[in-house]
Amino acid sequence: MASALINVPARARRGEIIEVKTLISHPMESGHRRSQLGALIPRDIIRLFVCTYNGTEVFRAELHPAIAANPFIVFSTVATESGTIAFHWTGDNGFSVAESVAITVG
Amino acid sequence: MKRRTSRRQFLLAAGGAAAGFGLASVLHVKPARATPAAMQEAIRKVVGPARVNTGKVKLDLPPLVENGNVVPLAVSVESPMTEADHVRAIHVFTEKNPLPDVVSCRLGPRAGRASVATRIRLTDTQTVVAICELSDGSFWSGSADVVVTLAACLEDG
Repeated sequence: MASALINVPARARRGEIIEVKTLISHPMESGHRRSQLGALIPRDIIRLFVCTYNGTEVFRAELHPAIAANPFIVFSTVATESGTIAFHWTGDNGFSVAESVAITVG
Repeated sequence: MKRRTSRRQFLLAAGGAAAGFGLASVLHVKPARATPAAMQEAIRKVVGPARVNTGKVKLDLPPLVENGNVVPLAVSVESPMTEADHVRAIHVFTEKNPLPDVVSCRLGPRAGRASVATRIRLTDTQTVVAICELSDGSFWSGSADVVVTLAACLEDG
């Protein structure tokens, strides 16, 4: 089971730009490597990462095999209101992980 | 009367020819190095018929990479990120990886700042290109040259 690490400040001033750091454990098998027997290892990557802030999408990234294992994504967003910031990773072989963190804006 | 070429004349001529050849090969190599066809094609797919201007995009990559499996990459774009003028998308491409696409990010005025960072894989010493799409529909690009010691995609990691 994949586990995700998320780093978001717990509280922020209204209108402040906050940095969001996410890390998820995933091999990101590129589909270009071969096993010791010479067979091609099938691709198994995370294809899409979406971040929503109180239900509104604020960031989205399409990942390709050139993203290193355990995708680490950093972006920023404006702290508009208190609520939850939700993250969703989807990928090959039915991979789907959702996480969310609470933020207090005052 | 037939004149025999002296040793000095011959050396001068040979030197000149070599210099000319060298210059020609440098001039020839430069455009070929710019961007292989696969990356151009991938960029075209994203950009469409629009013109790609150079500038505004800053690509942060270490100039020398020990391990191509994990290369920190940061892209930032000069933009006020307002409703009227913001960055809509940031795309990253490589020249020599098996696939030219690396990552495509969609952002908007809610981002506050047009900067993203991640870790990528690089197979070879090459040029990495970042292209951003602004809200007015224009495209801007920035690039960085990277020397890679240990290639990704071949070794484990």
